Amino acid sequence: MGILEVKNVNKRFGGLQALGDVNLSIRENSCHAIIGPNGAGKSTLLNCLVGKLIPDTGSVLFDGQSVLGRTPYEINQMGISRVFQTPEIFGDLSVLENMMIPIFASRDGSFRMHAIENMHNEKAVVERAKQVLDEMNMLDKQHMHAASMSRGDKRRLEIGMCLSQNPRLLLLDEPTAGMARADTNNTIDLLKQIKDERDITIAIIEHDMHVVFSLAERITVLAQGTPLVEDDPENIKGHPKVREAYLGEAA
Amino acid sequence: MLGLNNKDTLLLIIVAAITLLAPFILNPFPTQSAMAQFNAGYPDLMQRFVIFGIFAIGFNILFGLTGYLSFGHAAFLGVGSYSAVWMFKLLSMNVIPAILLAMLISGLFAVLIGFVSLRRSGIYFSILTLAFAQMSFNLAYSVLTPITNGETGLQLTLNDPRILGQVTTAEGSIPVTSLFGLEMRSTYEMIFGPWSFQFNAGYYLCAIIMLLSFYIAIRIFRSPFGMMLRAIKSNQTRMSYTGLNPRPYTLAAFVISGMYAGLAGGLMASMDPLAGAERMQWTASGEVVLMTILGGAGTLIGPILGAGFIKYFENIFSKINDNILHSWFAFMPDGFENALVAIVHPFVGKGWHLTLGILFMLVVVFLPGGLVEAGQRVAKLFRRRKSEKTSDESAQSKPAE
Ligand SMILES: Nc1ncnc2c1ncn2[C@@H]1O[C@H](COP(=O)(O)OP(=O)(O)O)[C@@H](O)[C@H]1O
Ligand SMILES: [Mg+2]
Repeated sequence: MGILEVKNVNKRFGGLQALGDVNLSIRENSCHAIIGPNGAGKSTLLNCLVGKLIPDTGSVLFDGQSVLGRTPYEINQMGISRVFQTPEIFGDLSVLENMMIPIFASRDGSFRMHAIENMHNEKAVVERAKQVLDEMNMLDKQHMHAASMSRGDKRRLEIGMCLSQNPRLLLLDEPTAGMARADTNNTIDLLKQIKDERDITIAIIEHDMHVVFSLAERITVLAQGTPLVEDDPENIKGHPKVREAYLGEAA
Repeated sequence: MLGLNNKDTLLLIIVAAITLLAPFILNPFPTQSAMAQFNAGYPDLMQRFVIFGIFAIGFNILFGLTGYLSFGHAAFLGVGSYSAVWMFKLLSMNVIPAILLAMLISGLFAVLIGFVSLRRSGIYFSILTLAFAQMSFNLAYSVLTPITNGETGLQLTLNDPRILGQVTTAEGSIPVTSLFGLEMRSTYEMIFGPWSFQFNAGYYLCAIIMLLSFYIAIRIFRSPFGMMLRAIKSNQTRMSYTGLNPRPYTLAAFVISGMYAGLAGGLMASMDPLAGAERMQWTASGEVVLMTILGGAGTLIGPILGAGFIKYFENIFSKINDNILHSWFAFMPDGFENALVAIVHPFVGKGWHLTLGILFMLVVVFLPGGLVEAGQRVAKLFRRRKSEKTSDESAQSKPAE
């Protein structure tokens, strides 16, 4: 039994079958990649895991508990963090403040009315935020306006914000899409380091085969909303069906 | 000091000094001089400065921090005024219970209106709040006449019970509002040569309450709660996926700002114990939006500046008539004098709205940060003159602590 169990999930958008009978099991502390051509339903599947979409049928269990019907913030509080295709950060806030918010969320829950409390008295939160920034090699940028950073740094910050909550499952939707080669390699190194140093399960949607084969321990190929094969990276590379559906397209 | 950092403490001290010395600052011209009409240091107007300051400070907690633009905040102002007048009618002429009830009732209204309106954001939220405010206005104007006394407005009468106070004074008239016996209308006039300065009890009560409100607003701005509100403005998606529920945060901000508005309404009624439906009209809601944007939304001092600015215009520019203009330009040849008066005429007197409108346009286009941004730019200019080099260094990000 994996930490995440997706069973018989179907999702239609009008006449379009975006997901058809998806079954997926993600093993705890593994790095699982979901690949597939554009429009295969990868993002739709991810959205079904985090409460943005509700599947028409089927079940999604995280650590034995159903996530269906829960809001995104409730699912986050269960231990799932999500990184978006375009970095979603608090652009108007400083980098340090960006990092403090998820730490407050983990400590205080989804709402706490600490209106008259003083920020200087929140030493533990500030310390922890700085520590995570340091781990991300971003401590020198703590006073910067988050929106003014490079794309790669925004991605790094977003990943850091997710990690500061010590999630059990980290979901990444095409984390290197639209990135320059150098930024892509930086992100790969960062994810590798996270994978090695922490007890964390990573599920990654990715288009870039270089990224997938650098990180994934297990790969699911999705085509037209249905999982085609699931196997180890070595076997996926040579799989005829995969070549036809996916890699063939790129060649 | 008081849990504020040095910069905020300084700001609070400056605002405190200005409000407490306002009777001097606002009356710089001798009473008999031609410039005396620019004096704003009379109790009625000074009270309005600080009361609208409170209104705008509260509005800024919602709009400046969360970005939710309410077009119906005057409803809370009106609710506050009605509640306060009812307290004067039923309980006593002491302003304290009146102000407390005003805040309580407007807070309850805000919970209700906020709960519904905050289900939408952006323009839909604004329209919902506007609709609620217009509904309140119409209820007050025609439907709820037993409570609001309709178009006449709610006033004190000699038949009011006032169970804890006197129904009539010894002379048989309606008693006046007071703070434990200190009458709100009592004014001490200080004559100093050709100058005169007025110290009014009501003004000082409002001023102290405004300073308290300002202090609380600073604390909210600097608290984790305030940071969450700014996070809502910045990115609600990230907020939800970070495990935070934006709804109660926005509702709390809405209720706090509604209570500020109710406090302002209660103080208005405490200075002059009557309440009318027009206080709830959409123009009044629009005014506080203008004040906040003109002064600088999201800044601490901006709303106070904006409120002062607009109230000054409304009361001083609107009083300049053609006779006054002629007297100003009398030193010129007749033709010029008449031409100048004709040019200036549309911008003063009843035309003060035109001046304000142009000013507002200029600010929004050239100074999106409002008057505060104007001040910052001037300050920057001075600093750059002082030393090119140091300003370059400070522009870079600060090193790690
Ligand atoms: N909210 C939606 N409404 C309608 N159709 C959608 C919606 N989201 C995705 N789709 C459709 O579902 C299919 C799968 O999309 P998506 O999951 O984004 O693919 P991928 O991420 O694999 O590229 C596409 O054909 C897309 O157009
Ligand atoms: Mg996608």
